[in-house]
Amino acid sequence: MGIFNQLLIIVFAPLIGALLAGFFGNKLGRVWTHRIAISLVATSFLLSLKIFLSYFYGSAEPLNQTLYHWASFGNISIQVGFLMDSLAAMMIVVVTFVSLMVHIYSIGYMQDDNGYQRFFSYISLFTFSMLMLVMSNNFLQLFFGWEAVGVVSYLLIGFWFKKESAIFANMKAFLVNRVGDFGFLLGIGGILYLFGSLDYAPVFEKMQQAKAMQESAQGVLASGEVTALGALGLEKTFSPWAGVEWSAISFICICLFIGAMGKSAQVPLHVWLPDSMEGPTPISALIHAATMVTAGVFLVARMSPLFEFSETALAMITIIGAITALFMGLIGIVQNDIKRIVAYSTLSQLGYMVVALGVSAYSAAVFHLFTHAFFKALLFLAAGSVIVAMHHEQDLRKMGGLRKYMPITYWTSVIGTLALIGTPFFAGFYSKDAIISAVAEAQGWGSNFAYFAVMAGVVVTALYSIRMLLLVFHGPQKMDEHTASHLHESPKVITYPLLLLAVPSLAIGWITAEPMLIGGYFDDAIMVLNEHNTLAHLKDIFGNAWAFALHGFVTPVFWLLLIGAIAAWFVFAYQPQLAELLAKVLMPIRKLLQNKYYFDQFNQKVFAKGSLGLGRFLWRYGDKAIIDDGIVNGSAHGVRKLADKARKLQSGYLNHYALVMLIGLMVLIGYLYLRN
Amino acid sequence: MNIEVLVFYFFAAITIIAAIGVISVKNSVQAVLCLVLTFFSAAALWLLLEAEFLAITLILVYVGAVMVLFLFVVMMLDVDFAALRQGFVKHLPIGLLLGFGLFGAIYWVIRFEIFGSEKVPEPAKHEQGYSNVEELGRLLYGEYFYPFEIAGVILLVAIIAAISLTFRGRRERKGQSVREQHRVLKEERLKIVSMKSEPIKQGDDA
Amino acid sequence: MSLTHYLVVSAILFSISVIGIVINRKNVITLLMCIELMLLAVNTNFIAFSRYLDDATGQIFVFFILTVAAAEAAIGLAILVVLFRTHRNIDVADLKGLKG
Repeated sequence: MGIFNQLLIIVFAPLIGALLAGFFGNKLGRVWTHRIAISLVATSFLLSLKIFLSYFYGSAEPLNQTLYHWASFGNISIQVGFLMDSLAAMMIVVVTFVSLMVHIYSIGYMQDDNGYQRFFSYISLFTFSMLMLVMSNNFLQLFFGWEAVGVVSYLLIGFWFKKESAIFANMKAFLVNRVGDFGFLLGIGGILYLFGSLDYAPVFEKMQQAKAMQESAQGVLASGEVTALGALGLEKTFSPWAGVEWSAISFICICLFIGAMGKSAQVPLHVWLPDSMEGPTPISALIHAATMVTAGVFLVARMSPLFEFSETALAMITIIGAITALFMGLIGIVQNDIKRIVAYSTLSQLGYMVVALGVSAYSAAVFHLFTHAFFKALLFLAAGSVIVAMHHEQDLRKMGGLRKYMPITYWTSVIGTLALIGTPFFAGFYSKDAIISAVAEAQGWGSNFAYFAVMAGVVVTALYSIRMLLLVFHGPQKMDEHTASHLHESPKVITYPLLLLAVPSLAIGWITAEPMLIGGYFDDAIMVLNEHNTLAHLKDIFGNAWAFALHGFVTPVFWLLLIGAIAAWFVFAYQPQLAELLAKVLMPIRKLLQNKYYFDQFNQKVFAKGSLGLGRFLWRYGDKAIIDDGIVNGSAHGVRKLADKARKLQSGYLNHYALVMLIGLMVLIGYLYLRN
Repeated sequence: MNIEVLVFYFFAAITIIAAIGVISVKNSVQAVLCLVLTFFSAAALWLLLEAEFLAITLILVYVGAVMVLFLFVVMMLDVDFAALRQGFVKHLPIGLLLGFGLFGAIYWVIRFEIFGSEKVPEPAKHEQGYSNVEELGRLLYGEYFYPFEIAGVILLVAIIAAISLTFRGRRERKGQSVREQHRVLKEERLKIVSMKSEPIKQGDDA
Repeated sequence: MSLTHYLVVSAILFSISVIGIVINRKNVITLLMCIELMLLAVNTNFIAFSRYLDDATGQIFVFFILTVAAAEAAIGLAILVVLFRTHRNIDVADLKGLKG
């Protein structure tokens, strides 16, 4: 079986699963639905793993093949095709693995739900969409996958569609994503304008040429008057209004990044992600932590040849990522909903990835995406396990002391938390440390602020993570009697995925860190200019995975981490009254954080109210006055009036008609005279 | 002034006078006859223009068929033609005004400065062996074959339309009426006649 | 003879038929005849141009116009007959069923 056929199976197996579960779910029954869906996703995962290993250990060549020619107009042809390289291979493994775990987990988590088959259909459909997104070889298919995951996310956030808050949350997610998607679409349009093609290959080829020219600095470039982009005819500008000129490539990059901001929940388009926790927990793990929200990071990494040539866009990415990384983490400290804490932690980690993108450390960003997918999915699923045990109670203040009832959940959570805060030897350490050292190396605009943000972020991450761990599993039991009497470890379908996810959360860095960060695993997919290569110095200190982890103990990062962890322990476990005192002293800050910097209120007041007002205005004066009364009824009325007049012309006398005809003829001839 | 010019003015004059007759005489039969005369003299003009086939067609088809049809209709209908001429004088001024205006307008377009002999010289006459019918036939059965076929269809449609408009006979089909057959009564179909039986004569049944 | 001579004759014919249509308020038959006269004027135009431009296509046009005119005359007269049957006269002024 050729690689291409394997790719087809990887992509379409989940789609078949989704269709079967969706259309025949009731006939198949619960058991057969999940059997079919899981076995198809498992097939997909095994093939993905095979392909990934062939890229990881072997040196498989990138494969770019068109499956289907959909349409063509002018010089533009629209195709469905796959691009498989190291980046895509890594992504499909992450997607299918987490998806498989979530499928299995859902057997336990969703067992009492009426929408069991619907749920399996959605998550299989999501897997399909995400695979289409990451394996696409052109922008339009990328956009298709992008929108498809958005739709499935919408469906799943509103999975419990009778819940008012769920409906609000999914509408919010959809609308906020629209803002991003609009930017994304503009970016695609810009690419069509600049490169005249929607396929990746010609775009990347041009940019590779630009890189080669810039670095050899020969010929016309030697004088320094012409840049590489200019020599290739890519230094176009356009002016949206008079007096303003934008560089086309920066415009494209910023538009694409706005798309990425929507999907990857970067400030200020982050507001949908915490609310998306209204969906079932497995979904939060799969879509809103491990895969879909990282699509933006994937997008920027995939487009690295473009972003490398836009300093402006990179600076913007750095700043936005840094803001997200630090300030979203801060909110996490004051949250009391277990899922929301993990959600804010996701936001903060996405911020880290984006900062890494901004400083051109694409490999580090993607590597963090990779490790984060495992430990964040693990944390979410563990939170889900707790929630199930607590009878769908999500408030931290009503938990505590769960350690002895749920040992597996506890220990896997510990592994997840340690990985999240970046303890040496755990998966998260390698990626996060690489990001921080890349930021430290960076020279670009805003990198100083970014360095401060990621360093402070380390403390913050440790604070909220340890706080959650302590409040849930340690300390006094604060739940009511009834719940406490029913506490027990979750069933095997829930704990096995936890264990399976705990393994890579702990160990995946040992194997993959070296090739992915400094070994050039991504060299065929990611392009970095020499002058931007912030990861190059890692080679000097890296050695091997063990040495790097040991080196981790002597960096300031580790001490910051320790400070955060100890502070959390001191405040929330050792001296709980101190927490209350601090809460009183720091009331204004606390209030600001609890209100999430008033983003929601602002959006609600300005955008929601504003668009309602605008809509009402347009309805009253545009629709009702102009269209209804003016055009629709008005034209009917006008025709009627005209007809009333015109019917008087119909005298019925033949001669009148003939006479009028002749007079008309005379007028026409007269007009022709006058013209000559 | 050669003979051709004489012939032209002669027939042109007849054409115009006859045409005036068509619209001015009181009796419709006379009007139709005037129209016939117009056509005749117009055909003569066409002959001068070397359109022999069409000139003959005009006489055969128009004078021979259409005008006879007009005559038939005029004579068939029992119309009080005198009554139909009311208002003739009343509308004459506006009619004349329009007519002269129109003529003036057309003349402006076709005046001698534009289509006179200097601008459009008369082509040489065709030599003796030339056949107008042959040339038309070549065009009709060659280049214009499909329009020609359509012309045939138009005539067919006209025939059917004219017949169906004026047909006054029975319109039913000669078919069975199942309803009628079902409704039939025994008395309508079967008649029992009582008659005296007659003895069979011997030797008569051979 | 120049082209204009023939065109003037047909223009006069045309104008006469226009006058006929205008002054004739009563008789449908006369209307039909006026239309025939108009067509004759047009045909004469065609033939004159055909001769002076030395292009037989003009005569083909006349041929088709004759065809259509014959059809028109036949149907017009048929309508006239039907009209007479229903109205018992052929007064144009009575034909106002379409009056708005």
